[in-house]
Amino acid sequence: MTNLELITEALPYLLEGTLVTIQLTFWSLLIGVVVGLPIAFAQVYGGKILQGIVAVYERLARSIPLLVMLLLINYGLPRLGLRIPIFRAAVIGIGLRSAAYQSQIYRGAIQSVAGSQMKAARSLGMSKLKAFFYIIAPQAIRIAIPPVTNESAIVLKDTSLAFTIGVVELLRQGEYFIATSNEPMVIYLTIAAIYFILTTAVNGMLSLFEKKYQIPGIGIKGGHSDAY
Amino acid sequence: MPTKHLLKIEDLHHSFGEEEVLKGISFSLDKGETKVIVGPSGTGKSTILNNIIRLVPPKKGKIYLEDTEITTTKKINQIRQQIGFVFQDFGLFNHLTAKGNVMIGLTKVKKMNKKEAEDLAMLELERVGLKEYADSYPSQLSGGQKQRVGIARALAMQPKLILFDEPTSSLDPELTGEVLKVMRNLAEEGMTMLVVTHEMGFARSVADELIFMEAGNIVEQGNPEKLFTDPDHKRTKEFLFQLTDLYGEGEN
Amino acid sequence: MLDILLEYYPLFLRGLGVTVFVTVISCFSGTVLGTFLALGKIYGNKLVSGLVRSFISIIRGTPLLVQLFIIYYGLPAYGIRLTPITAAVISFIINSGAYQAEYLRGSIQSISGSQLKAAQSIGMTKWQGIRHIVLPQALRRVIPSWTNEFIYMIKYSSLAYVIGARELMTEGKLIASRNYQFFNVYLVVALIYLIVIIAFVYLFNRIEKKVTIP
Repeated sequence: MTNLELITEALPYLLEGTLVTIQLTFWSLLIGVVVGLPIAFAQVYGGKILQGIVAVYERLARSIPLLVMLLLINYGLPRLGLRIPIFRAAVIGIGLRSAAYQSQIYRGAIQSVAGSQMKAARSLGMSKLKAFFYIIAPQAIRIAIPPVTNESAIVLKDTSLAFTIGVVELLRQGEYFIATSNEPMVIYLTIAAIYFILTTAVNGMLSLFEKKYQIPGIGIKGGHSDAY
Repeated sequence: MPTKHLLKIEDLHHSFGEEEVLKGISFSLDKGETKVIVGPSGTGKSTILNNIIRLVPPKKGKIYLEDTEITTTKKINQIRQQIGFVFQDFGLFNHLTAKGNVMIGLTKVKKMNKKEAEDLAMLELERVGLKEYADSYPSQLSGGQKQRVGIARALAMQPKLILFDEPTSSLDPELTGEVLKVMRNLAEEGMTMLVVTHEMGFARSVADELIFMEAGNIVEQGNPEKLFTDPDHKRTKEFLFQLTDLYGEGEN
Repeated sequence: MLDILLEYYPLFLRGLGVTVFVTVISCFSGTVLGTFLALGKIYGNKLVSGLVRSFISIIRGTPLLVQLFIIYYGLPAYGIRLTPITAAVISFIINSGAYQAEYLRGSIQSISGSQLKAAQSIGMTKWQGIRHIVLPQALRRVIPSWTNEFIYMIKYSSLAYVIGARELMTEGKLIASRNYQFFNVYLVVALIYLIVIIAFVYLFNRIEKKVTIP
């Protein structure tokens, strides 16, 4: 069987797995935003106690390998009496990790705008809330887009770890197929290609966003999330 | 005859940490007057302005806007609508066009409807000579243009007086002229203005009263011409002559 | 939980040693690889720079786990059989090299320009200028990113567990499969990672303060 035929045969299964991968990515990112935003607010506007709690969470989420987090969730939740599908366990693990990194992004974006813009807004008589809504947020969002796109690509790649707790995403589907066909390299390269296409698409969305919402003078090109 | 002062500052004190920058400042401003505060850098001149609109609450002293004491009032947001503020670094909102910058206070704070706000904004932009730049973003404007937008924004709120915090200090020398011209026109039109600046030519020709401050105190205040030619204090003479040397006497 | 730590600490320690060893080798080798890649991308001709760009793009656009599998499970079909540790180190070096190449590229480009011109003005060739003037500064400037990468590596070295390399995670799994206390054992593992990383973060902060040029 030629390589091309092999790939064609494997493709339906791989695409099934790709769908799961995309879903994992979406839900994890969502949790990242939903948890990350409030944390960012707590860091910028919160009191000392709140900041302390948040700091602990950040430290934990950035110091414990994702693999360990997933295994802990997988083995730990049943002990609490919670039996949840492994898909959700994966999303929780990947999502909570992403939340820690996303909160850093949002905090940085807000703080880079806050300062003098807040003063100017208040000089017009705006309350802090109004100032945040109409002046700070619109600019912070645009500044946050490149690093968030970067983080999205990272989450996409991290979903491959869901493999280890049994989620049948792209990589695991590949493994099943290899087990029956015994041509690992071809399949792996196909899988790699699919991931590559996905990450390129994610980064491509950045260009679209930037073009649509571009404001001359705002926005930082490129960006790396920190590992710690 | 008792006149109601528009702005009255009584025994204003402020310190940053251990250092006292304002050691009991008192003066007043009447409607239509333009007063200019000058003095060496770091003597707390800008702090006075920040204290007035309470971006930095003063440590001690009282400030009155007409009859209302505004130092401790809870309605500070309302008060700020009545006092315009022009920043040294322009303070423009980067995500809004020039027109947007002028309008946002009107629509979101004064709750005007959009059409009225837009008309008023265009009027003020025309007043400062920037009608053609209404749809430009701050990053597309020169420093002088940005500052004029800042002035237009303050004017649009139709304040009782306007505070200017070193409005030309961040500008290249060629650009200060256009801003000072706008300010001079405002003064001639009867706007009440309190200006902190190093621009001696402006101070000398436009101000109704000059206030010379040093080390947290008012050294001398009075008619600008008098302070320039025959001041009471030696220090005043030294400083003003020095500054005139540096910054020039007139505008072009 | 503490009892697990006390009882099995030699094994944990050994696993930790392997983890740190793998991380150190991968990171430093990654710097060497990254430097070559970065130089190739910036100063190379169209072909070289294009190849490097594609390489970096592909490595950064695919998951580390997949790269690991390709090297460990894929290569045997071509006669190359590696031990789990070797396969892990090789794929980590490749991965780290690609990421470090980008950090270095940014760092070099933030210096290049006039510094290189100044070097050439005193008679250095372009390559001498790069070697003696640009690189030393670029390497210093890239230290924060490098320490970032190191911490990242410590965490992602845990992936070697999936192919059976005997680092910290695998030791944990072996212990857990004996006493069936999966959760507790992994909790201990998590704790060890936490302590180690906090220690390195502190160490790196101290080093960075000392090395930075005002």
